[in-house]
Amino acid sequence: MNTRTLELLRPLLESIKDLLPIVGVITFFQLFVLGQPIPNLLELLWGTLLVVVGLTLFVQGLELGLFPLGENMAWDFAAKGSVLWLLLFAFSLGFGTTVAEPALIAIAEEAAEVAARGGMILDAPDAREAYAEGLRYTVAFSVGLAIVIGVLRILRGWPIQYLIICGYIGVVIMTAFAPKEIIGIAYDSGGVTTSTITVPLVTALGVGLASSIEGRNPMVDGFGLIAFASLTPMIFVMAYGIAL
Amino acid sequence: MTEHLISLWTSLLSTFGDILPIIGILVGFQVLILRRKIPNLKRVLLGFLLVLLGLALFLEGLERALFPLGKLMAEQLTAPEFLGLSRAEASVSMHWREFVWVYLFALAIGFSTTIAEPSLIAVAIKAHKVSGGTINPWGLRIAVAIGVAIGIALGTYRIVTGTPLQYYVITGYLFVLAQTWFAPRSIIALAYDSGGVTTSTVTVPLVAALGLGLSSSIPGRTPLLDGFGLIAFASLFPIMTVLGYAQLSEGIARRRSGNES
Repeated sequence: MNTRTLELLRPLLESIKDLLPIVGVITFFQLFVLGQPIPNLLELLWGTLLVVVGLTLFVQGLELGLFPLGENMAWDFAAKGSVLWLLLFAFSLGFGTTVAEPALIAIAEEAAEVAARGGMILDAPDAREAYAEGLRYTVAFSVGLAIVIGVLRILRGWPIQYLIICGYIGVVIMTAFAPKEIIGIAYDSGGVTTSTITVPLVTALGVGLASSIEGRNPMVDGFGLIAFASLTPMIFVMAYGIAL
Repeated sequence: MTEHLISLWTSLLSTFGDILPIIGILVGFQVLILRRKIPNLKRVLLGFLLVLLGLALFLEGLERALFPLGKLMAEQLTAPEFLGLSRAEASVSMHWREFVWVYLFALAIGFSTTIAEPSLIAVAIKAHKVSGGTINPWGLRIAVAIGVAIGIALGTYRIVTGTPLQYYVITGYLFVLAQTWFAPRSIIALAYDSGGVTTSTVTVPLVAALGLGLSSSIPGRTPLLDGFGLIAFASLFPIMTVLGYAQLSEGIARRRSGNES
């Protein structure tokens, strides 16, 4: 095999390496702990092949498309010099990518069921739907707000830990007042909101902004947007639980 | 074969539907507000196409292969028969130590799904570049994966014992704050980020199946109240392990330079 084909195969090999652990874990538990044969071996192999190829294309696309685009827009906003438009962009990016997130839709429906059983809302389909919808918009709003705060932090150079401490205190205070049923959902909603396409885009935006502003260090100031996006939903979902 | 192609096509369409709002926002701001040409537009478009195609194939493959088996496995491992809860006397003498396989599965699945998580790969690539190579992408990913593994294992333990979620989370917060005090400044933002990025496409469905199965098998727990919380653990513990990893590597570097001088 010559070096050129090897060069083409390298990303594919990387993806195989990324997926080896999960395939190993599932095989081990299936064969040795549960003591069952692997069902549908052919289907499993086909699926794994799709996953490997998909991951390879995704990573290639990141470097070609998402990263450069996110950084470019950050530079353009910095050059334009309008903070208002930048913040509006930050909010729409957070809100727009979250409101349609499938994981969030699923968790909002479960939350509505919890609320209905706990007697917080009427146990009727339309009451549940309204509750789930309200929750979804609450989370999306909180993620939008989070990105706005995060971008402001990059612009001003505030140290991230103080903001995070405030967020933690907010979570603790809300926990004390929130109905017991909502706490688990609220805590989980922080983790599920950030999707696979949002993360690279938002990260590139943050790093791009921090590099384009003088006096900011992309490592110290560029990261942290996702951190806010996983903290604010917890606070807002509990607030939603208290308000209703 | 046609059935495979049709389901691949549906998966492509639904992925496209998911990223449509993002595209709308990006194009809207680019065209209406920024009004600047994107350099290498063709390359960027190609990149977007690859991301879309890659994500669709990735999700389709997961749905076909790993999710059905992994979810079934989570159900079987947490089934009352497997846990030995079907015997009448067992429910009386039930002890948290009897769930060793569940904890091990939680540990293993947390670690391995995190290694395969595309958004973590993206952040690791970026961190490697931004740090000028001092952050090793694999080191970061393994640190995060260990955090998720510990988080999910502890989360299953919490479901088994039925202790309130908030006590764990608040203790975790105090830990994070204490670590932040001592950690190198350049890692802090990245460490906080790593909590949120870990739990997405691969981890959430499998972990949700685990929590749901466990909380419906154990007497006294209900899936709706106790099934939640695993994701919260999985996004808290990586912060600690990444901060710890940074402290450790800084400590080693300092000791090494101390020996040389």
